[in-house]
Amino acid sequence: MASPDIPNQNDVLRTVDGIPLKTALATASRRARIRAFLLVVPLLVFILLTFAVPIGQMLSRSFTDDKFSANMVELGKWFDANGKAAPDEAAYAALAADLKTSAEDRSAGNVGTRINYELPGTRSLFTSAARKARNLEPPFKEAILALDPQWARADLWAAMRSASAPATLNFYQAALDRQIGADGEFEAAPENTQIYVKLFIRTFVMSIVITGLCLLLGFPIAHLLAILPLRHASLLMILVLLPFWTSLLVRTTSWMVLLQTQGVINDLLVWLHIVSDGGRLEMMYNQTGTIIAMTHILLPFMILPLYSVMKTIPPSYARAARSLGATSWTTFRRIYLPQTISGIGAGGILCFILAVGYYITPALVGGADGTLISNQIAFHMQKSLNWSLAAALAGMLLVAVLILYWAYDRIIGIDNMKLG
Amino acid sequence: MVKQPQNDGFVVFDHVQKSYDGETLVVKDLNLSIGKGEFLTMLGPSGSGKTTCLMMLAGFETATSGDIRLDGRPINTVPPHKRGIGMVFQNYALFPHMTVGENLSFPLEVRGMGKDERETKVKRALDMVQMYDFINRRPAQLSGGQQQRIALARALVFDPSLVLMDEPLGALDKQLREHMQFEIKHLHESLGITVVYVTHDQGEALTMSDRVAVFNDGRIQQLAPPNELYERPDNAFVAQFIGENNKLEGVVESISGNQAEVRLTTGELIAATPVNVTKKGEKTLVSIRPERVEFKPEMMPSGAHMIEAEVLEFIYMGDLFRTRLRVAGHDDFVIKSRNTQGQTMLRPGEKIKIGWSPADARALQP
Repeated sequence: MASPDIPNQNDVLRTVDGIPLKTALATASRRARIRAFLLVVPLLVFILLTFAVPIGQMLSRSFTDDKFSANMVELGKWFDANGKAAPDEAAYAALAADLKTSAEDRSAGNVGTRINYELPGTRSLFTSAARKARNLEPPFKEAILALDPQWARADLWAAMRSASAPATLNFYQAALDRQIGADGEFEAAPENTQIYVKLFIRTFVMSIVITGLCLLLGFPIAHLLAILPLRHASLLMILVLLPFWTSLLVRTTSWMVLLQTQGVINDLLVWLHIVSDGGRLEMMYNQTGTIIAMTHILLPFMILPLYSVMKTIPPSYARAARSLGATSWTTFRRIYLPQTISGIGAGGILCFILAVGYYITPALVGGADGTLISNQIAFHMQKSLNWSLAAALAGMLLVAVLILYWAYDRIIGIDNMKLG
Repeated sequence: MVKQPQNDGFVVFDHVQKSYDGETLVVKDLNLSIGKGEFLTMLGPSGSGKTTCLMMLAGFETATSGDIRLDGRPINTVPPHKRGIGMVFQNYALFPHMTVGENLSFPLEVRGMGKDERETKVKRALDMVQMYDFINRRPAQLSGGQQQRIALARALVFDPSLVLMDEPLGALDKQLREHMQFEIKHLHESLGITVVYVTHDQGEALTMSDRVAVFNDGRIQQLAPPNELYERPDNAFVAQFIGENNKLEGVVESISGNQAEVRLTTGELIAATPVNVTKKGEKTLVSIRPERVEFKPEMMPSGAHMIEAEVLEFIYMGDLFRTRLRVAGHDDFVIKSRNTQGQTMLRPGEKIKIGWSPADARALQP
């Protein structure tokens, strides 16, 4: 590293002034870095406030619920001291004291709701007991059981024990179709109440089908777009993008008009004597309807990344392969297809992630067996108001998508993804 | 050129016409016969139809009318992959998702060749272009010249008897291009393959070819070996397109055998060799190569015709001096002189007399 015009250097590169080169470079580029950072600050703050914080809150909600633990302080202390022991007189005394306070600060409803998540139908137990809590006299066990013999239920006490700590995995257990048994351990929920796992599977299977259909339908169009002369290509591109300019609701409703039993397609089929009037096809309010409508809606998300990749593949590759003796099928399979992988990957992931979380279309045309997990999440957000369960379901969806994303990165490589 | 292969009609274009839109002809009545082992170059400006001809031969375009025959067999309806013609593309067209070895192995695989035989052939082809060390690289990791060599090896690996090259050296820098010209020429000679080469670079065409077909406006303007093309152009287009050229307009004053006298528009009378002018009074363009013009009286060839000139500009080009003169009313008359010891450097404003041998002044139809 000996250089005649830099006398004081040892093994670090220095400028002529003797400042280490790295320091000099950092100083020189600091202004540019600060300016670049200031440019992104507004968006960064916006994303933090509207995206990162709400998602973080939602996820934390899926792990915690203090509706019970915050209001049933005495009972919490008893559970801490006695663990899984059967409830004794002291336990009932704590329960009575807590019920009394909850009646005073009107929190009995919240408490009941929390236990109701685990054991449906128990909310009224708490509200009615709280109303009468003022009159309870020792011995509390007899007094409370006199109000309602259900208070002796082992599973009720197990539920209360697990709710006495704000941090809980209950909602994730519930999201996996498991419930608290009488012994306080989790067990599979009864067959007829298992819905979420089935729904998750259906969501993923249908998303895969929709993504596959999008690829099947979108690939030839994207190829056509890429090889047509510019004038025709832009017209075709407008047709591809047309759905983007139409409201999602309008599009979905038009599918309803087309697909319903008395709809255009069925009328046409009957008129052509392909199906009889009695044998009209059920194409809506089931999976078929969801798949048709969602494939239509997600198609552009497959076509655009595919197109952007195909546009960059010069036709000379195919010509070269042909001149080297490959048939057109071999040329497609060995030369063209491998070069579109990045587009297929990008379009596939985009379609799949959108499909997995899709809400409006399945809600409108899905009926009973065409709805997806997002509809169940919405149900818990809006109807049952079990936000923690909704958050747990959404969290599981998020984790599943992240796993898929990771798998994609391992198999194809995220750097290969081309979105435009 | 050293050898003139016998023209046995290995590749034949027989009255071939091509139109893309049904209104205009891109290739107008092309007749061309290429001998086995010949190196034929199609030279012409862009849009002259040369690439279309190559694409029809490769099978990527169909002839609108006429026949193309390969080894006596009409190939109009044979799909490209069954023609067995090797092709080198301008942008190399090496498959980016395959290694060099896989690229070369591809034509052998689609022919159903066994693994051992494939490896032998790939090695032989790569050795031929001195690129065997790069067998496991991807095309993106190679320089332009290296990619070009791989493309060449790939076009040759399946032993085609005909190789087409579509401006293969267009993307390389000057030095590398000249080196590759030599290498392609060498491969052609050692393998005895037939090469049809398309370029718009006249230097390239002259250096490499046995014969050059000069294309313009969908027609072959002249088909001749390079020296003939350069020294005896058939018409004004060829004279203009191949090499630098001075043009003087005039009218044929007298004509007899291979001697003609031309009266220039400014009144001077010069001697010239008639090429495709036939009668007195005809308008003509007299074409003279810049390096055949002499200005030193002691060097003047015998029978040279002298004419007045004024120096307008002197450009020092290293090995050459390029001097622009005003001659017979033209401001763009150029002469070239070699930068030899004691060569005269003309100064702008100088009045000199220039001259040339009548054999070098060719009277062409305008």
